[in-house]
Amino acid sequence: MDIFDLIGPIMVGPSSSHTAGAVRIGLAARKLLNETPSNAKIYLHGSFAATGRGHGTDTAIIAGLLGMAPNDERIPRSFDIAKEQGLVFSFGERSLRNAHPNSALIELKGKSGNVISMVGASIGGGRIQVRNLNGMQLCFTAEQPTLIVRNSDRPGSVADVSRTLAELGINIATFQVSRDSRGGEAIMVIECDDTLKPETVAKIRQTPGILSAAFIDSNREVEK
Amino acid sequence: MAIFDSVAELTAYCKEQSESLWETVMRSSARESGISEEESWNRMALRLDAMREADKGYDPHQKSRSGLSGGDGEKMRLYYESGKSMGGEFIGRIIAGALRMGECNACMHCIVAAPTAGSCGVIPAVLLPYAEKYNVPDEELIKALYVTAGFGAVIATRASISGAEAGCQAEVGSAAAMASAALVFLHGGDEDQMGNACAIALKNMMGLICDPVAGLVEVPCVKRNVAGAMNAFSAAELALAGITSRIPVDEVIDAMQAVGELMPGSLRETGLGGVAAAPTAVKFKEDFFG
Repeated sequence: MDIFDLIGPIMVGPSSSHTAGAVRIGLAARKLLNETPSNAKIYLHGSFAATGRGHGTDTAIIAGLLGMAPNDERIPRSFDIAKEQGLVFSFGERSLRNAHPNSALIELKGKSGNVISMVGASIGGGRIQVRNLNGMQLCFTAEQPTLIVRNSDRPGSVADVSRTLAELGINIATFQVSRDSRGGEAIMVIECDDTLKPETVAKIRQTPGILSAAFIDSNREVEK
Repeated sequence: MAIFDSVAELTAYCKEQSESLWETVMRSSARESGISEEESWNRMALRLDAMREADKGYDPHQKSRSGLSGGDGEKMRLYYESGKSMGGEFIGRIIAGALRMGECNACMHCIVAAPTAGSCGVIPAVLLPYAEKYNVPDEELIKALYVTAGFGAVIATRASISGAEAGCQAEVGSAAAMASAALVFLHGGDEDQMGNACAIALKNMMGLICDPVAGLVEVPCVKRNVAGAMNAFSAAELALAGITSRIPVDEVIDAMQAVGELMPGSLRETGLGGVAAAPTAVKFKEDFFG
């Protein structure tokens, strides 16, 4: 528990779950894409779909995709800013299976062609969890330094990545693995105690069998 | 952090360490988050600044997008400044402050969720007028915010601070409990009195449902911040008078959670029950969303 989520976040209203949490979901998607997004399809589920409009959930998610923090006063104008910055987006409603009441599915395409799909859940007080990435069930908060690695499902990939981290003295806090099918595509979500240098992420990306590696330093916004 | 598992553990720990409760909260949370005490202090100071900024930035002429909120904080200020208010200036300031912050939130200004955005008016509404009345330096107010965070952490651990999970008792009720402990601290009370104030404030809001009209954080949320602030004030006065809660605070928190679990979904932030289901509310929703 972070006490700064009890007194905080410092945020643009009106709802910590439907506004601040929604910004952080957008921000997490942007970081997972690992580049500037150019196209976004967003599907709202449950309470996000039912009461999201009045809470500005839509403008909040777009603000996050543009890299804004929950305390950014430009959040209410995010649609206009998206237009200026060339982010094309659309909203729809979709009932997602086994999803938290405050969830959004985001399909994101980047300027250089990266593509991800992510389900984010806003779990109260502005805290969020990523529950699904590229169709694979996961659960991480994106609040700690987190390394997300996509790889071909073959023996040794997990060992290769953890060896690289161990050699650099990085301590792993939690480690999740998931895959879409045997021998298909797999994903590792590794929460670390320390931040990773860009060189480390690049080295992991170059490891044979690794398809991509993204690093979220922390979903904590700068507060000044 | 085991110290946030119960108020009993939190108070026992700070007594054992011979440190003030705010120090215990600051030190243990900084250690857990891997930040320095100085960084923690600065982040808390930033929150105090943001509360003041939000209050100063209140625009008495602004209405929320729905048109349901705006201008009431100013009406209240004009009323107590006229000298006609029954409660006098101090109480008037608390009520006006809670309305202003709730309205700032509804108008999408920058506020400090404490513990949530819907309940953001309660803590600043009591702390800022208190500081003005008693000339309290910012340093003491920052300590008071650590006190609120300590009690809030126990409530969030044992129960919930989410209206969708446990109703408004978990949002405005928790905010009032946190604020009352802070007032006890500022007015020179000890840890046991803080715990008693917290228990009394929570008991007095037990069962409060979350029934936002049209799902918006406006009606009845903005005025409930006033109820929360006044509840915080009276609970702190009781505790400072030496009146105790017959039910220990941790048991009260557990009872609040049990009540939340019994609440039907329609009364937990879905906008389907309570005043949200009143004919006027239903009509408003249809007109607003089309």
